[in-house]
Amino acid sequence: MENLIEVRDLHKRFGSLTAVDGVSLSIPRGEVLGFLGPNGAGKSTTMKMITGFIAPTSGSVAICGHDVGSDALAAKRKIGYLPEGAPAWGEMTPASFLDFIADIRGLSGAHKANRIKEVVAKINLGGVLSQSIETLSKGFKRRVGLAQAILHDPEVLILDEPTDGLDPNQKHEVRALIKEMAPNKAIIISTHILEEVDAVCTRAAIIARGRLLFSGTPHELQAKSAKHNAVTLTVASTHAAEIGSRLGELPEVLRVESHAQAEGRTRITALSRNGGVIFDVIQTAVQQHGWPVAELFVEPGHLDEVFRTITMGAQTPGEVPHS
Amino acid sequence: MSRTLSIFRREFQGYFATPVAYVFIVIFLFLTGLFTFYIGAFYERGQADLEPFFRYHPWLYMLLIPAISMRLWSEERKSGTLELLLTLPISLAEAVVGKFLAAWAFTAIALALTFPLWLTVNYLGNPDNTVIAAGYLGSLLMAGGFLAIGSCISALTRNQVVAFVISFVVCFGFNLSGFPLVLDFFSGWAPQAVVDAVSSFSFLTHFNSIQKGVIDLRDIIFFTSLIAVWLYANMLAIESGKGH
Repeated sequence: MENLIEVRDLHKRFGSLTAVDGVSLSIPRGEVLGFLGPNGAGKSTTMKMITGFIAPTSGSVAICGHDVGSDALAAKRKIGYLPEGAPAWGEMTPASFLDFIADIRGLSGAHKANRIKEVVAKINLGGVLSQSIETLSKGFKRRVGLAQAILHDPEVLILDEPTDGLDPNQKHEVRALIKEMAPNKAIIISTHILEEVDAVCTRAAIIARGRLLFSGTPHELQAKSAKHNAVTLTVASTHAAEIGSRLGELPEVLRVESHAQAEGRTRITALSRNGGVIFDVIQTAVQQHGWPVAELFVEPGHLDEVFRTITMGAQTPGEVPHS
Repeated sequence: MSRTLSIFRREFQGYFATPVAYVFIVIFLFLTGLFTFYIGAFYERGQADLEPFFRYHPWLYMLLIPAISMRLWSEERKSGTLELLLTLPISLAEAVVGKFLAAWAFTAIALALTFPLWLTVNYLGNPDNTVIAAGYLGSLLMAGGFLAIGSCISALTRNQVVAFVISFVVCFGFNLSGFPLVLDFFSGWAPQAVVDAVSSFSFLTHFNSIQKGVIDLRDIIFFTSLIAVWLYANMLAIESGKGH
């Protein structure tokens, strides 16, 4: 499939600081890439280069085949961009702001009016259209920025923290919106909310210190977790020691962690030795011994743990934390 | 072209969406009146012309134009809208020219609102209206020059106060560049050609000849090319300031 976004070996240096160090990405239509990384990892700098705001020190970006450096206008026409912090001119109203963006984007007449109407309805801006943007809440400001980005129905969407500052309901709405648009576009969203990756992304990329450390599906990312396919049992604390040691003896189990819970219960987690499925083995053991188990489930793998392992490893080499 | 116009329109409406426009216009009209009637002795001179009105424009602009231009780019940089603006499908030149023209049109409106003076002087006597028209043209060109300087300096900083102060000083320098205060600074060490060049940059000299009714092509070229050069520098300033 054609790649709508093609990023090749991007570098950016600010004086002696290397902000982005050799990032390459290929994103076809229909893909939503979750761009993850700690603050200051180079996410926003990368996005600024993809959208043509700043020029890379070396490397290139092509949007729908148009080079962002040499064919900037054509590339920019294809992009909808929500910059970091959703900037907008505070003295304007959402109505006049969207009208301006539509003019600059070359929309006119009935098509322009329809697009504005559609986007306003989609993003629920109807109630604040004639209020000045500086008086809007953080959530509305972000939504105005989002409306601006999707106004011309671009093939490529670059959204820098689109759900930052939104309440859980608004987050849900924005994610639903991104999912709805996803089939026809190539989308990059940056975030440090890991659940977002699970919720909307078809691919995840982790960047730290300007380097791309991981790129794969959210499932592959979860599989990197030490807890991937681990099985957790909740049992009465009186049985915990015995059950724990028995489980630890199973060849498929790497090690056992137990945490005391409220009401005299203990939660035991058996980690898989090779990351494979061990649920059936555990279940058989439980049935054999007739242990009274209150809960029994497979851990999906903790994204935040993977995230920490990958990114901390990049920051302090040789000191990869185990959890 | 149509994109420049969209930028122009947005920017121009922006002046009137905030108190900036009204405060500026009121202060401008108040100060022109003050200079014309008290310091310029409009009545006492007993001449039907607007010389005492135009004479103080270089000094008035030196103070007021930086107040208009200081926000042009530093505010965009500070609020992050620069990133929004420059990732839209427009060229940097379109953005710079659109914003500059909006600021210039705004000062043109402030200048046009001094028309009661023109009515007054026509009521009181028989002035040479072509000289007055030349004065307005010269004043507008000079305002454009100051604006281009201020716009460029505003692109160098995120801080509007810094932009104001530096623009004020540079405008002051351009006003005085024909005077000993500035020339003595150069004449000690620089070759005569440089001193002559500096003195030829004086806004006062160029403006004075226009406002006396002598529309010399060289004066017009001086102001228009000065605007072009500063706006080009403005583009370079934005380019180098991005991402910081």
